This record gives sequence, structure tokens and C-alpha cells, in this order.
Amino acid sequence: MSAILQGAGAGAAAALTPFNSIDSNKFVAPSRSSLSVRSKSYIVAGSDDGTNKSFGSSSLIARRSQPLMIPNAVTATKADTAASSTSLKSGHELLLYEALQEGLEEEMDRDPHVCVMGEDVGHYGGSYKVTKGLADKFGDLRVLDTPICENAFTGMGIGAAMTGLRPIIEGMNMGFLLLAFNQISNNCGMLHYTSGGQFTIPVVIRGPGGVGRQLGAEHSQRLESYFQSIPGIQMVACSTPYNAKGLMKAAIRSENPVILFEHVLLYNLKESIPDEEYICNLEEAEMVRPGEHITILTYSRMRYHVMQAAKTLVNKGYDPEVIDIRSLKPFDLHTIGNSVKKTHRVLIVEECMRTGGIGASLTAAINENFHDYLDAPVMCLSSQDVPTPYAGTLEEWTVVQPAQIVTAVEQLCQ
Amino acid sequence: MATAFAPTKLTATLPLHGSQENRLVLPIRLAPHSSFLGSTRSLTLHSSRRLNHAHATRRSPPVVGVQEVVKEKKSINSLLITKEEGLVLYEDMILGRSFEDMCAQMYYRGKMFGFVHLYNGQEAVSTGFIKLLTKSDSVVSTYRDHVHALSKGVSARAVMSELFGKVTGCCRGQGGSMHMFSKEHNMLGGFAFIGEGIPVATGAAFSSKYRRDVLKQDCEDVTVAFFGDGTCNNGQFYECLNMAALWKLPIIFVVENNLWAIGMSHLRATSDPEIWKKGPAFGMPGVHVDGMDVLKVREVAKEAVTRARRGEGPTLVECETYRFRGHSLADPDELRDAAEKAKYAARDPIAALKKYLIENKLVKEAELKSIEKKIDELVEEAVEFADASPQPGRSQLLENVFADPKGFGIGPDGRYRCEDPKFTEGTAQV
Repeated sequence: MSAILQGAGAGAAAALTPFNSIDSNKFVAPSRSSLSVRSKSYIVAGSDDGTNKSFGSSSLIARRSQPLMIPNAVTATKADTAASSTSLKSGHELLLYEALQEGLEEEMDRDPHVCVMGEDVGHYGGSYKVTKGLADKFGDLRVLDTPICENAFTGMGIGAAMTGLRPIIEGMNMGFLLLAFNQISNNCGMLHYTSGGQFTIPVVIRGPGGVGRQLGAEHSQRLESYFQSIPGIQMVACSTPYNAKGLMKAAIRSENPVILFEHVLLYNLKESIPDEEYICNLEEAEMVRPGEHITILTYSRMRYHVMQAAKTLVNKGYDPEVIDIRSLKPFDLHTIGNSVKKTHRVLIVEECMRTGGIGASLTAAINENFHDYLDAPVMCLSSQDVPTPYAGTLEEWTVVQPAQIVTAVEQLCQ
Repeated sequence: MATAFAPTKLTATLPLHGSQENRLVLPIRLAPHSSFLGSTRSLTLHSSRRLNHAHATRRSPPVVGVQEVVKEKKSINSLLITKEEGLVLYEDMILGRSFEDMCAQMYYRGKMFGFVHLYNGQEAVSTGFIKLLTKSDSVVSTYRDHVHALSKGVSARAVMSELFGKVTGCCRGQGGSMHMFSKEHNMLGGFAFIGEGIPVATGAAFSSKYRRDVLKQDCEDVTVAFFGDGTCNNGQFYECLNMAALWKLPIIFVVENNLWAIGMSHLRATSDPEIWKKGPAFGMPGVHVDGMDVLKVREVAKEAVTRARRGEGPTLVECETYRFRGHSLADPDELRDAAEKAKYAARDPIAALKKYLIENKLVKEAELKSIEKKIDELVEEAVEFADASPQPGRSQLLENVFADPKGFGIGPDGRYRCEDPKFTEGTAQV
């Protein structure tokens, strides 16, 4: 397992380093990982807390011009902490899996009803180390090592949630949750409704998915495709340490069942995140790189392929706007819509398979809602409709690569 | 040449009800010359000795075989219940029976639709267990859940309205026959797929344990999970037996073995049809009890519930019972043998309790009659209430999809969709 992660780090270093180290010399508000420095020297921040803020420095403005009507529960990023635009005053560096762990631990400290259950989450510390050390701190019942019975322990988590606890159910690999489909679809998604609103199911179902490094077909699945139709659940995908921690906390605090998709290859991403507490909005997308020519919508690992392609595109004179949609269900049609209205061209880059993936749904949603603003058909780059092959070369051709993204943008922008 | 799948006639001979309390003999006769795919074992339980033998293999304190308890108590001339208890049990069973009979009527009159599964004949199991529980104990059931809900305390009005699909139903008309939920009474459903409720029950039991051991609250709540013989071949059942025994969860697994899963005989589906034996395989006691006798069920239930409350872990109780009607109101019920039905009809749990109460001079006939009358009126009133209740309006369609309606997301205009006035009217597109 560690070999895979190291391979991920080394082999795709260029694609996988956090964005803020790619372009900027100027420093940026420490609370935001997804920033770009533009030639006009203003910095646009992802509006993770949904409030209309201006940072202390005149060189920084918040992107979101319309505040959300329902403000987010938190955040401690006050204007003054970002006043100094150059140094990282309050922040600490960590890897994505540590950020998840931090978020989890903070929530478990905050509310004793929060508990974790899954295979090897306790003594082993989690197969991707997300729950490392937690069993020692919180005990074997709060960090429960389950036997290998996904359907039953997912259902158990749901029953516990109905009776007042707030479990986080880990699928060791998201693919294993196929065995829990009965519980996730019928009980997790539906029980709040079929009980007439009497029972809430505040579970978080999380785990690593996506195509890794030669993990083979079954361990390389994209369950977001399969779960997206289930009514009553929300789905989010994290892609940076910052949003991983923020989404983890938001998901735990949410009264709705939330499925948090992590990616096998992103656990070792390093980034600096704030020391202060913050959460990310579950329903919002993240502006990664503002632009004028084309809107590129992506999430999870593909974000990094897109950003790598963006470097090439910028050199070729294009100005792509990159949005990490983060919320796979529901889509943040406001952020997406504003972008479409600006650029009139959309490219979706996803890791799901061509058929029935998130991209397919997003294409439909954009066509339905923003048809008038499009100057070209929405293009969607997805993985091949193929069981992910083991061989490295075949696997590489299964998923979307930066070169294809560049070609697609050139095509769309003709 | 008979094919492997030729239906066979399975008949059971039963002991004379009320006598031979130490033996439950159920030899199965097969129609001649058929090759029969299914268990060839006969369901034979000779004596309580056999139950104790099974218990010896587990590591927990013995559960006394129910027959012994009954025999013991009867031999010292004391009764199993007081008059008050007897009346409570009787009323609950009469409520279950009358309600279900009324459901059948209403269904054929077009007041309720879909799949409706009636509980006639199995009342002793529901009453026997649930009347021992407190309000904060939880019950989890299957699609055959009307009577479990009623026994747990959900009003007949709420259940009937739910069946009629009205807003006054316990689930606002959104659940229907197979989804009876009540937060107030801790009725955790009502599940349409067999087996999918058992993990939920296990979770409720886990909550109890968590409250006690982690939150240090005074929590003695137990969970009773009801399900049928067909479910006992399903993976979720076994997965939950394992987890419950492993962590000593305060749960009682109650198998309502009515010998039939729609048209599939238990013996044709199960390699070892003695379900109670599967308990000790996981390290919990397995008990078999006559599910047509509410007093026997109650004695076993007492023991199992006490075990669970003391933190000693789960129990698997197999209740031999029978449904007098088909699987559902849509089931023509052609496969079951008339003789089998007649044998079990003679063991009607309500008649048996009535006989016990009268013979032991606990009550007079008139008192029972007045209960029956009272219940008839209650059920009639429930129907009237349901009839008069309004149907859900358009605005209710999206209301309970999410506990937090922000889950519908942010619309193109930047506002959360749930803030759109059309949303609450139910006319917004989502």
C-alpha cells in the first residue's frame, strides 16, 4: 500500500502537487489553497465560507459577490489574519490523509456522539491511515473495528444514526460499498422520507475510490456514478488537504447522509492549512483558477490533470477557468452557471466512465439550465467504459490525460 | 418421472395443543415418489434436554428451556400471568387481529393499495415480546409490521391513516404498509426488503451499548428485531448475529417462522431448518418456542430481554408460528395444504389465551367480550378517522427528502433551492 502511495507521489509529482505552488510568487491568503495569482495582481479566493468578505489587504478580494442567504456555520478566517499578504502566519503543513484525520479528530472531540466504524479503522489505524491513533485516544467502541460485512455494518451505522449517534462509516475502498448498496440506497437515502421525517440519518460514508496505480479493476471503481441517483443523500469529493478537512467536518455536522469520496492517489498531497477551525460548504464548488476563455469543470484527481493541462494551455495563450465542482450531488449551479455565462464554453473532465457518470449528469444539467449561454456543445472527457486494466499502459489510456485535455480545449476554443 | 422441482405436499402433524408440553414433534411426510430438493430433516425437538445440550456449547449462562419453566410453574399451581396482565395481552392480540381483518376489508374496497402483508395468526409473537418492552426500547420489523407497530403503542388511527396514504398517517402517508415508523414509540420500521432491517436493529442496539459504555448514561434499552424464516437464509442475518454476539449487543433476534416465504416452504429453502440452532454457532443462546402460545413466548421473551438488559448479549428466539392468510393480500395462497392450515387454525393464539384465562378463572367471558367490543369500535373509529383525513398536498412531495434541505443544492440564481417559494409549494423543479 505504501508503495502505491509513494509511486503516486513520485510518478505524478507534477500533476499532483497542490496548486498554490505551481504559479505564484506572491503570497496568498493562507486560508485558501486554491488560488491563482493573476497578472492584474488581485487574488481571487475560493468562497468556502460563503460570506462576502474582503480581506484586509487591498490586493485581495473575495470572489463571491452575492452572499449566500444561509451563511455557513463557520469560519475563523477573519479579515485581519490575512492582512499580511506575504507570509503564512497561522498555518501548518500536512498531508491530505492527515487533514482528514485532523477534521475527524476535531469533530470527535467536539461531539461525543461522533464515532467511526469500518474495517481496520481501529488498531490498524485505517488502511490509508486516516484514523491513525484515534482508537488509542477514543477507545475501541468509538473507533470500531468491524468484521468484513459491509452491508451489515453500514446498516448498523444507519440504525445507530437513527437512534442518536453520528457514525462515520468507512469503506476500505469505495468499491467495497457495492456490498452495502442495499443499505445505502434503501435505508440511508430513503428512511428519512419513508418515516415521514421522523428519523434523521446523519451518517458520513467515506473511503478512497478512483483509479489508482495498477490496483486492478475492482479496486479502481468510481462509485459516485452508481450512487448519484439515490435520493436523499449528498455526495462530495475532496481534492486538497484544505477541502478534505473542511468537507469532512461539514459532512459530520450535516444532518443529511453524506458520502465523502476520497481518492487513493491523493492521500499524500501536502499543503498548508489554517490553524484556526474552518469548514467547507458541502454544496459549493471551488474556483481553482479564474479565466475567460473556457470553463473546465472537474473534481478529485482529475483536478490535477486539468491543472497540468492548464499550464500548457496558458503557454499556448489560452485562459481556462478551472472549477473543482466538489459537490457531486447536488451540483453548485450558481458557480457553474456564472462561469458558463462568462466563458460560453464548457469542458468537463472526470474520472467516471463515459456512461452514466457524474459528467453525464453535469452535461445534462448544464444543457438544461444554461443552453442559451453556450457557444459550443458541452464536451465531457471521461474514462473509457472499460474495467480498469492492470497493465500500466492500458490503465493510463483508461483515464483522461492532460494531453487530451489540451486537445479538447483547443478544439472547443476554435 | 417426477422432476426435481415438483411441488410436494408438506404436512405437519402437531401435538395436541395444551398437552405433551415437553415435546414438539413435527414429522414431515413427503408425497411419494418425488425427488425433493430441500432439507430432508424433520423438525423434531424431543425434549428440553435437547435445548440444554445446545446451550452447553456456548459460553454464556444457560437460558432455561421454556417448556421446563412452564411445566415448573404449572406444577406448583401458580399462574403465569395475573388478571391485569392477561387482559393486556388479550386486548393487544384482539387489536392485532381486528385491525388486520379490517385492513383486508379496506383493501378489497379500494381504500389501500400496493403490497399489504397481514399478521393474522402470529399475534402471540408480537404481543408476547412487545408487551414486555418499555417505551424507549426499540422494535424493528419487516413488511409485516402493522401489528408490531400497534403492540409498540402506535395508535390504530395513525397506522390506518398511513395505510390509506393520508397526511395523518404515522409517516405522513409517505411510507405505507411496509414502513411503519414512530419516533415516539421507538418503532424503527417497517422494511420492504427482507433482512435489511436487521442491521438497523443491530445499530439501535449498538447505540444502547454506546450510551452506556461511552457516554456513561444509564441506558438499559434493548432492541427486538422481528423477521421471518426466509430471512434466515440471507447474509445480513448472519452478519448481524456475528456482530451482536461479538460485541454483546442488547438485541433479541426473533424469528417468526411461519414455515412459508410467499410460496417457498422453509424446508425447500433451508439446509438445516432448525433456525434456533444457528444461535449457538455464533455464541449466543438459541431458543425454540411455540409461537402460537403467547404465554410461552412471553416466558422466553422475559429471559431474553433480561439477558440483554444485563449486558449479557443477544439471544436468538425461533417462534414456530403460522399466518392464517396468504403472504400478502395479493397472494392466492394455493400452495399450502388445507390440512396444515386447519391444524394451525386449531391453535389460534387468541382462542388459546381465552381458554387459559377462563379455565384458570382469571376473567369472565363477559370481560373478554367487552374488550372485543371496545376494540371493534376502536378499529372502526380508526377507519373513519383515516377516511376523513386529507391526502397529502403537492407541497409535501419534497419536504422530507433531506433533514437539511440545503441538500437540494444551490440554484443558478445563487440561492439555495429550498429558499425558493415555489419549492415549498412543491412546484419548483429540482
